Amino acid sequence: MLSTFPLLPAASAVTARVRHAEPVMGTVVSFDVPAAAVVGGSLEAAVRWLHWVDRIFSPYRPDSDVSLLAAAEVTVDGCAPEVAEVISACTAVRLCSGGYFTAAPGGVFDPSGYVKGWAVERAAAILSAAGSTSHLVNGGGDVQCVGGRPRTALGLSAASSSGTSSGLAAGSSSGLPAGPSAGLSGEEPWRVGIADPFHRGRLALVVEAAGSAVATSGIAERGAHIIDPRLGQPATGLASLTVVGPSLALADAYATAAFAMGPARARDWAESLPGYEAYAITENGDTWQTAGFAPHIAPA
Amino acid sequence: MRRVLLAVVVTVAGLVALLSFKTHMNSSERTVGSSPSAPPLLPGEHALTGRAVRTVYGPVQVRVVERSRTIVGVNILQHPAETTMDIQIGQFAFPRLVDETLAAQSARIDSVSGATYTSNGYISSLQSALDNRA
Repeated sequence: MLSTFPLLPAASAVTARVRHAEPVMGTVVSFDVPAAAVVGGSLEAAVRWLHWVDRIFSPYRPDSDVSLLAAAEVTVDGCAPEVAEVISACTAVRLCSGGYFTAAPGGVFDPSGYVKGWAVERAAAILSAAGSTSHLVNGGGDVQCVGGRPRTALGLSAASSSGTSSGLAAGSSSGLPAGPSAGLSGEEPWRVGIADPFHRGRLALVVEAAGSAVATSGIAERGAHIIDPRLGQPATGLASLTVVGPSLALADAYATAAFAMGPARARDWAESLPGYEAYAITENGDTWQTAGFAPHIAPA
Repeated sequence: MRRVLLAVVVTVAGLVALLSFKTHMNSSERTVGSSPSAPPLLPGEHALTGRAVRTVYGPVQVRVVERSRTIVGVNILQHPAETTMDIQIGQFAFPRLVDETLAAQSARIDSVSGATYTSNGYISSLQSALDNRA
């Protein structure tokens, strides 16, 4: 097979990319991975993980661990061990946010506000464990970046995507071997657009995210659905709040909590989070950002 | 430029296939809509018109307009127009798709962070345009 491409530059094997879009968890999870992740099976493993999480944690499936636990038909000990892990993480965020984050919105156990970001971060970790040093996973608008994107990725893109699992086979026929890491010298930061909450399809700004996560909470796609757990009513005042930091599980939970706080409280609280920075757009269209956010903004 | 055109055609064809799947299960005849309103080119603009792509739901043809090596316009020249659903696609989804293709091209972004979209919302999202970018 290799003798078919005797003149293929080594860089092509390193930088060939595959995109894949997987419908799961009520949204679509998008992957941008090296072709080696398809050949080696780690993309498929990451996708299988997301579907497993959906089966265990979906509040819309009557037989999920979360539904059974909410109905008191099982105890935590009778659930997958990941359920206890998620509950304890939700508790930590609830405490550090002064009660603005909860695993029981409306009084019913439903940790969905934590699960998606956590699951997407873990999917990215599955790809890392298999050797990828450059990939991006976007779970319905919450993004985990690992490494940077290869500088030549756009030029040599072997992209293919599909809404079905058959898309997993895309690129596998290339037979490209897994190459050594391109290294940071051959990469540039991932560029993640922050959606404009007032104009669908447009961007408010672009952030550079090398090895970090970008999570946004807002009203643009599903209306005022974030409940302020302290009032029991939809949170108001903000149109969109973005958190950038190393872990998507935390960035996503922090964004949800800060959004529920509203603009007045959210700014001081976000400023206090070590390692995480925030950017907000209020209902009036005003914007603010934490002191350390500016270096994340991509040059125009 | 040709790569971009191909990407747009693939995106549009995929969208048509997705949205019109249920409406064409038993149909044999195809009605084709055209958009006679493809705007005239301004000085300095060039257009690249793709060949009509035959999907099982009808032909789809697009035109990409560039100025100074930047995409400035995407026109849907032909699209299926047999059912009410087809016409809704023409009036609703295509303009969004075109807008989003333009936004994705000009900002050189890899991904989009925003309020969580549903599976249906994804179809017309900027992230969807990026996922279909070749």
